[in-house]
Amino acid sequence: MATNKTEDKKELWRWVESRWTNPDIDWKKGEIISAGIDVGSVSTQCVVMVDGELYCYSNLRSGSGSADSSWRGANFALEGTGMKVDDWHSCVGTGYGRVNVPMSKKAITEIACHGRGANWMYGPQVKTILDMGGQDCKVIHVDEKGKVTNFAMNDKCAAGAGRGMEVFADFVGVNINEVGDRSFNINEEPKPVSSTCVIFAKSEAAGLLREGWPVNKVLAAYTSATAHRVWELMERVGVLPELGITGGIAKNRGVVERLEKELGKKFQPKKWNNPEYEKKDIPFDTQIAGALGAALFAKALVEKERGK
Amino acid sequence: MISAGIDIGGKDVKVLLLKDGKVLAKEKAPGGFDQAGVIEELMEKALKAAGIERKEIRKIGVTGSGKKYAPSHDVEITEVGAAAKGVSFLVPSARTIIDSGAEDSRGIKCEGAVVKDFATNDKCAAGAGAFTEAMARALEVSLEEFGKIALKSTKTVPINAQCAVFAESEVVSLINSKVAKEDIARSVNDALAERVVAMVKRIGVEKDVVVVGGLAKNPAYVDGLKNGFKTDVLVPENPEFVGALGAALAARES
Amino acid sequence: MLAHWGYQNGSGAYFITIDTDKCNGCGKCKEVCPQVVFDVGEDPADPLREEPVAYVSEEHRKKLRFTCSPCKKYLTAEGGSAVSRTPPEVLAQEMKNLPCVAACSAEAITHSW
Repeated sequence: MATNKTEDKKELWRWVESRWTNPDIDWKKGEIISAGIDVGSVSTQCVVMVDGELYCYSNLRSGSGSADSSWRGANFALEGTGMKVDDWHSCVGTGYGRVNVPMSKKAITEIACHGRGANWMYGPQVKTILDMGGQDCKVIHVDEKGKVTNFAMNDKCAAGAGRGMEVFADFVGVNINEVGDRSFNINEEPKPVSSTCVIFAKSEAAGLLREGWPVNKVLAAYTSATAHRVWELMERVGVLPELGITGGIAKNRGVVERLEKELGKKFQPKKWNNPEYEKKDIPFDTQIAGALGAALFAKALVEKERGK
Repeated sequence: MISAGIDIGGKDVKVLLLKDGKVLAKEKAPGGFDQAGVIEELMEKALKAAGIERKEIRKIGVTGSGKKYAPSHDVEITEVGAAAKGVSFLVPSARTIIDSGAEDSRGIKCEGAVVKDFATNDKCAAGAGAFTEAMARALEVSLEEFGKIALKSTKTVPINAQCAVFAESEVVSLINSKVAKEDIARSVNDALAERVVAMVKRIGVEKDVVVVGGLAKNPAYVDGLKNGFKTDVLVPENPEFVGALGAALAARES
Repeated sequence: MLAHWGYQNGSGAYFITIDTDKCNGCGKCKEVCPQVVFDVGEDPADPLREEPVAYVSEEHRKKLRFTCSPCKKYLTAEGGSAVSRTPPEVLAQEMKNLPCVAACSAEAITHSW
């Protein structure tokens, strides 16, 4: 896991880190406390479930190694709950750093975990899941139970992942949280940047800025190119309704809305499948899908052990 | 007859003046923000060095990814064609050409100046000079240093990232883990050479193998190619000017 | 399930697709591959699946274009050039002759290039 030189500069790429606890659950009464930790190269999430209900979660920047990230994620999630990692009956690690999650019993790939997690969050009507995280992009087909039936994963290129967006946003001097909105604050939609590589896109952007393009227009061109790239991957696997989106990309409407236009279809609204959760106003964080799926697998492991 | 060749590359612009098969002058400079302006400057410099007047140039040929910035000219030739022409002029026995520049790499199978086949790796910084440039920056050494120190290395470490952006993070990580700079530099050059070798092998490798383009000046990269192909490779003098030479030759022939 | 392993970038789309419904985990693809592209084990996309399955090892997913290059004697429009391009019928047959594809009795493997 790398610490980048940009840490010394103004931290333009930092999105909002968050945590949440369910005030209505007394975890001490829980039969199965299962946890999932998703260690990505860019961000880490920890989700704790009590008897299959969401108890608490955290979402933060990854640390300097899988173990470090896992502990930070777990401690942040458990803050103020009185629960300790020792109280967990089972934990599953996922993501880039999954084999080194110290408190986990098993490592399961993000493909399986995102499938499960998205199915739980959005509901069984979602058959195609798009996940774009820090360093990869996945398109996953699932059945009503969240089991993967088809997928493609592209983790070679920064351009097809969150990292590319971070690098580009940093280059043009825009806070990543603002990229989406600003990319629509333009007079007319420009052509997408022609470079498929972030490094070349930066040079292309420099040229456009010198030609007098406003920054917002450059953002529009880049998000447009990213959307098209994602569209190509989705076409390869197939687009079966309904569509659900997970990962950090969901927070960038600059890419999502352009992608929806190209697909001719919208992604499911970011709403919990469980109406109770909607009523309680639980924040729907698309980035926790992987860890949530892992927590569900962790629960399944406990059930198997106990011979249920 | 005097002809001129202009090669507008991803990073540097090269200008070459040719008279009846003899190179009169050659100049290069980073294209930067004002390609057209740089071309003019280089042209002036080359004319001065050659001791001739602008109007003595009969024909102008252009090549390179930045062809659209070229001033008025007589002939346009693709980078593949220019490389084949230029190399076969310098090394008539050439049958396989590796042309690696700042932004793309090409493998060309040729017979004389006739291109039989080619494969390119473009649009991806990991397959070209931009890769070594980014890593040299991460190691805080100049590009020249980068090639040189790599030759001092005694062992390599795997570079898992296949993307220049991710590789840069990986290199920073290696530096933090106290891996020696020479070893990192060598590993990076090997990784790049490996990709180019794999790409070129697909069109078939026949001797003589000639390496040109800006990256040909990186001894560690050339070494990597040699090891990958398991055969000797030839690097002509001034390998970065081969494209411009090819363009000048094409102009002369037109 | 169709597992598409690989990537696409400006140069093209390079995927090896394994149909896990057909794959029986026999491991012949792993044996015949000169580059050790394949691994056989727990299904990365279905941890609850009992039988092992073949998949592309993590190391090679990101460089399939380069890893698979030695076996690809034919040229496609992407990897090749305008000068010589294999006609579609020949291409289809050549792709079937790839060591891994030919070794799989279940016909579970296809290449996208």
